[in-house]
Amino acid sequence: MITVSINGEPRRFPQAISVAAFIEEMGLAGKRIALERNGEIVPRGMFAAQQLADGDRLEVVVAVGGG
Amino acid sequence: MNDKLIIAGKSYSSRLLVGTGKYKDFAETQAAVEASGAEIITIAIRRSNIGQNPNEPSLLEILPPSKYMLLPNTAGCYTADDAVRTLRLARELLDGHTLVKLEVLGDPQSLYPNVIETIAAAKTLVAEGFQVMVYTSDDPIIAKQLEDIGCVAIMPLASLIGSGMGILNPWNLQLLMERVQVPVIVDAGVGTASDAAIAMELGCDGVLMNTAIAAAQNPVLMAGAMKKAVEAGREAYLAGRMPKKLYSASPSSPTAGIISSVRS
Repeated sequence: MITVSINGEPRRFPQAISVAAFIEEMGLAGKRIALERNGEIVPRGMFAAQQLADGDRLEVVVAVGGG
Repeated sequence: MNDKLIIAGKSYSSRLLVGTGKYKDFAETQAAVEASGAEIITIAIRRSNIGQNPNEPSLLEILPPSKYMLLPNTAGCYTADDAVRTLRLARELLDGHTLVKLEVLGDPQSLYPNVIETIAAAKTLVAEGFQVMVYTSDDPIIAKQLEDIGCVAIMPLASLIGSGMGILNPWNLQLLMERVQVPVIVDAGVGTASDAAIAMELGCDGVLMNTAIAAAQNPVLMAGAMKKAVEAGREAYLAGRMPKKLYSASPSSPTAGIISSVRS
């Protein structure tokens, strides 16, 4: 069991998963997002290779209207 | 007339830049942006609503990067670090896109820029290869420093963000423009079309606005009005206005050939 923080909310997963699997799980596959893990950008090309670890802090962002 | 706005080596026909916030829905956003004729449009970067409404349309579907030059902003950032992080995320989100709007705010009441944090963020971003259009105060000395750091456009406020108070200090804008070579774009404070025209008549290279359009009773109509105002103000600036005179003693109609009075 691992617990990660996603946009400030804690979330548990039964086992360590890749960033790509996490994206799929969250229903974000194919969406235009950017992801930061513990303050560092994870490039899209690295999603499959990086594994989430217990205690990770993730930020997942999208483009919204703004001035 | 070949009168292009050139920012970071790319030329634009429209000198009106618009934001995409505060509209009632995406359809209104799209219609207003269309009516404004803007080619550069600002967007914000925010946390995704994880797991909520997965089929919700995305802003970038209605305003695609293929059609518009998107300008991700750092609205809501109060430190250089947060602004830099936000724009790194924006660059990743937009496939390596580097043209950005930097704004680092001082407090939530005024949204006045914190120029010390802004300068720190600008240095980092320029070093990382970003092309930085920077929101700042109308302080000419700070504007020059931001240009020297390598910012590609200086964007002074004309009055506070969202205030609609218009061009409150035209003298400062003129001092600023005298010192800066890169484009100067009034960002914030425009309330109605005449404000935009005044900014352009002063010689500003462009105007960026959001609330003046989005908070109008009819945003799409106001977007069209702003397009015309920016064009009119620009043409008036290029044409060169007549000097102001307290008395003219120079009527517009000929003084010769006036019919004589019947009584004389």
